[in-house]
Amino acid sequence: MVNLTIDGIKVSVPEGSTILQAAKEVGIKIPTLCHHPDQAVKANCRVCVCEVEGNRLLAAACAQPVMEGMVVKTRTPKVIEARKTILELILSHHPQDCLNCIRNGNCELQDLANEYFIRDNPFTLKVRGLKKDYSTPSLFRDPDKCVLCRRCIEACTVVQSVNALGLENRGVLSMVVPTMGGDLMDSACVMCGQCIHACPVGAIGEVEEIDKLLAAIADPDKVVVTQIAPAVRVAIGEEVGMKTGDMPMDVFVAGLRQVGFDYVLHTNFTADLTILEEGNELLQRLKEGGTLPMFTSCSPGWINFCETFYPDLLDNLSTCKSPQQMFGPLVKTYWADKMGIDPAKIYSVSIMPCTAKKFEAARPEMNASGYRDVDLVLTTREIGRLFRMSGLDFDKLAGTNFDSWMGAYTGAAVIFGASGGVMEAALRTVYEVVTGKTLEDVNFEVTRGITGIKEAEVDLDGTLVKVAIANGLSNARKLMDQVRAGESPYHFIEIMACPGGCIGGGGQPITKANAKRVERIDSIYVEDEKCAIRKSHENPEVKTLYDEFLHEPLGHKSHELLHTHYQAKNKKYL
Amino acid sequence: MDYKDIIASYADKPGGMIEAYHAVQRELSYLPVEAVTEAARVFNLPASAAYGVATFYSMFSVASRGKNVIRICESAPCHVAGAAEVVAALERELGVKMGESTANGQFALEYTECVGQCQATPVITINGKVHLDVSPAKVPAILAEYK
Amino acid sequence: MAEEMRIVLRNYGKIDPLKIDDYIAQGGYKSLEKASSMDKEALIEEVKKSNLRGRGGAGFNCGQKWSFAYRANADEKYVVCNADEGEPGTYKDRLIMENDPHTLIEGMAICAYAIGAAKGFIYLRGEYPQLIDILNTAIGQAKEKAVLKGFDIEVRSGAGAYVCGEETALIESIEGKRGEPRFKPPYPPSEGLWMKPTIVNNVETFASIPVIIEKGAEWYAGIGVPSYPGTKVFTLTGDVNNKTFFEVPTNTTIREIVYQFGGGIPGGKKFKAVQIGGTSGAFIPDSLLNTPVAFDNMSAIGATLGSGAVFVLDETRDIVDVTTRIAKFFEHESCGKCAPCREGTARMHELMELVNSGQGSLKDIELMQKLGNVMSIACLCGLGQAAPAPILTTIKHFGTDYNAKLM
Repeated sequence: MVNLTIDGIKVSVPEGSTILQAAKEVGIKIPTLCHHPDQAVKANCRVCVCEVEGNRLLAAACAQPVMEGMVVKTRTPKVIEARKTILELILSHHPQDCLNCIRNGNCELQDLANEYFIRDNPFTLKVRGLKKDYSTPSLFRDPDKCVLCRRCIEACTVVQSVNALGLENRGVLSMVVPTMGGDLMDSACVMCGQCIHACPVGAIGEVEEIDKLLAAIADPDKVVVTQIAPAVRVAIGEEVGMKTGDMPMDVFVAGLRQVGFDYVLHTNFTADLTILEEGNELLQRLKEGGTLPMFTSCSPGWINFCETFYPDLLDNLSTCKSPQQMFGPLVKTYWADKMGIDPAKIYSVSIMPCTAKKFEAARPEMNASGYRDVDLVLTTREIGRLFRMSGLDFDKLAGTNFDSWMGAYTGAAVIFGASGGVMEAALRTVYEVVTGKTLEDVNFEVTRGITGIKEAEVDLDGTLVKVAIANGLSNARKLMDQVRAGESPYHFIEIMACPGGCIGGGGQPITKANAKRVERIDSIYVEDEKCAIRKSHENPEVKTLYDEFLHEPLGHKSHELLHTHYQAKNKKYL
Repeated sequence: MDYKDIIASYADKPGGMIEAYHAVQRELSYLPVEAVTEAARVFNLPASAAYGVATFYSMFSVASRGKNVIRICESAPCHVAGAAEVVAALERELGVKMGESTANGQFALEYTECVGQCQATPVITINGKVHLDVSPAKVPAILAEYK
Repeated sequence: MAEEMRIVLRNYGKIDPLKIDDYIAQGGYKSLEKASSMDKEALIEEVKKSNLRGRGGAGFNCGQKWSFAYRANADEKYVVCNADEGEPGTYKDRLIMENDPHTLIEGMAICAYAIGAAKGFIYLRGEYPQLIDILNTAIGQAKEKAVLKGFDIEVRSGAGAYVCGEETALIESIEGKRGEPRFKPPYPPSEGLWMKPTIVNNVETFASIPVIIEKGAEWYAGIGVPSYPGTKVFTLTGDVNNKTFFEVPTNTTIREIVYQFGGGIPGGKKFKAVQIGGTSGAFIPDSLLNTPVAFDNMSAIGATLGSGAVFVLDETRDIVDVTTRIAKFFEHESCGKCAPCREGTARMHELMELVNSGQGSLKDIELMQKLGNVMSIACLCGLGQAAPAPILTTIKHFGTDYNAKLM
């Protein structure tokens, strides 16, 4: 242990700790901007500078290791002048349009400007006037707002190994840019949106489409139907001042009805359906010598990644559409028919934890119903905004149930929201299908948690199936390289583009640390436990769907509506 | 030589991308996008990183520029020795402004950092070759060597 | 009366730099021979005792630096020569490499033996393409003569980035990356090039080593000022009669450099100011000219020795204009990694332009002082920390020149 004094308070911390960590131990908050709890030390914003006795230079608390006997002062006039000046410098290069900014009220720079009561900035405001990038249907970039902390670059390169973002030029002209200084769409960007979580300000965000929803609601000729992805409920409460997981599902549903949705259905329904289709696809591949390992295909960021970086492995991808895109065509065929509604009038909206889903819904092949299958994708954050605008008090709102059909779901669908959940759900079903026995303990603990790569071996009555699970694309890359080299020992691989799975998706409430993702994961499994039915194949509405409409997994109708194909992206630069 | 062959010849030099860029520029005078992506491939880096390097160093240009690169030092010692007059003379002679290239692609005009020949200021370099004690009067003769 | 004393330039003009035999005839490579027969710790101790301090600007005890790399455990270590002399007005390293490349190579080889390195790099600034062949020829000859005993040296070119004179930025550049400084610690002697223990020394520092080994630490420690012994090469530019270079013991005063070696101001004009150490150096008025040029003496007057560039201005010069030009330089050379340097150098330039064009006010000067003070203690690396020095010192010593330009 190393002993030091911070602002007169003695503290002992393990060797290798930084001043920032030591200060936190004794309850001293040092301001930061480029610092990110899950990323490498950057020490480039210099907002965390402190005085260290005996040193002429100020020390960056986020990076400076503690030393025995060190005497640190975190709030001397010299320190405060330095921090204020640095903030003034950054702000004088930053558009002063907080009121119009997507991160208004949730911005680290805004918070700092407030804490350090920046009033009359002595430096002249000089905004670069750079072009905003709206080239993708998922993400926008507003480079004028960038504070060059480089956290997005680390998210894109180290966490995701997509490498769509990098630096251009140097000095005051330096910028974070998509590859070759071009548009995001021309880069390898997979639209996972992890850069949004990393960004402390409003330089990157989701393409907002709330207005489209409001227009549909206002249109008397439209029947607005929504589906909610499994990861949304655990996080939506964070948007309206609740703790993670605290928004009850029925209250969430009631809230959606209040803001104007005509029918509230659940993506969980098609998550269960996915298990039946995908589970049977796996069994078929195992039986008939199909391409193995089979990869899950629920995560559109992952699909983009595979099409971009591993076009040679597209045959390994399950042909199943994601639950969102299974839901889309079913609503405009099966459900419309059952409800007696003209599918042309249906406006299908999905509420997703994901930015890449916006791109997925807009893929030209996603029109199996004869219409665009999913008309609009809104992120958890956008629904949060809608809720805040609605003035609803969720503590007083009486809950309501989902509509039928396509509102029923099992615990197996709920866990789709966490990394390992698709795998666990598949195992619950596949086990029973293969063995014909009842699975007594449905919990496959090894598949759970935020660990980057998890693996397991499952005994299906004598048949050993090896599975692996990756979350975060740099982890996926490791498994893919193994497959490409012909050295993969697995039969089935689940991949989620985002760290922790969909609960950490690019459309979720701004997530500053993985600790928050872990909380959401815990909440997912609590919800699973509470479900009376926890195996997808026992979902009564799914059974009805097969009886009345699809007839069998992987059957003719399924292929028409629920399965897809993939294409190499041939990006200009990787 | 083709830029691909040039870059390939540096492939086994760890961190040799900067050397490879120099070599490409000796041939082409700038770094075309294809050369940057090729360097990324050869040195096993993302294209975004190769581009970041290409745009960091002032000697590299990712934009096309004149064949003969004239660089003028405007550091303090050259500044007080009359670098501004030399700049004006070069701009006049070539009919372009600093940072531009002549329409015939013969010359590019840029600033340089100090080139360490401060015993004989002002200094300019053309394709790396140093010209000392430059004055506006000497400019036409110097340029004639490259026309 | 100060006199020249040539240690690093001892062979200047005496040998053909492209002939290793000339160098050997002057006693070259004997120090490497001697060093290689010494116990490594004893060798490092000898360098330490000489009190040779790095000539690159930071002034760290050279032997002590070597001892860190020596003690570091690693399968590979590197010796890197910082030949990125980018300080405007400086060309001392060029003189050494152009006229006596073997003294640099010998110095590097001694260091390699001391710390246990097999590979060295000379990071040569991109503005010196003419030196690549000279260095490679010399390295080739040394290998052919087998004097380097397996130590290999590779020349790598910079590409126009002043910040690469900072040792960790230089390391990043050798690794083929953007030349951005790293946060320290770890320092290069423990984790440097490719995260291996690395010694980065300046050309002039390495060139001093063979002589120290030959003549002994005590001899060297007795030259010049004890706290910063030895000699220093200076290059004179600006308004002096002799725009030249010379090597003198470190107890030489600034006045002697300007008037005796520089031959004073041309045209019978009066002295106004001298900037020492390159473009990041302080401007020094007449009243402080009796200061010895040694590291600590310069620090005491708020100046630095830096690279040894000496830039003289006569009474007719517009010092605010010159400083504006310098502010522009730093805006251009900031790497952009840390906020106070990236934004600060640009703001400094903007404010200097304002004042220089007669549109500034006292508030602008005060703002530059505040900004300069913050930058000098809060920036990530030496570039940003030193960038405000010319502005702060000219405001301090030549305030009337600024006031004359205010609105």
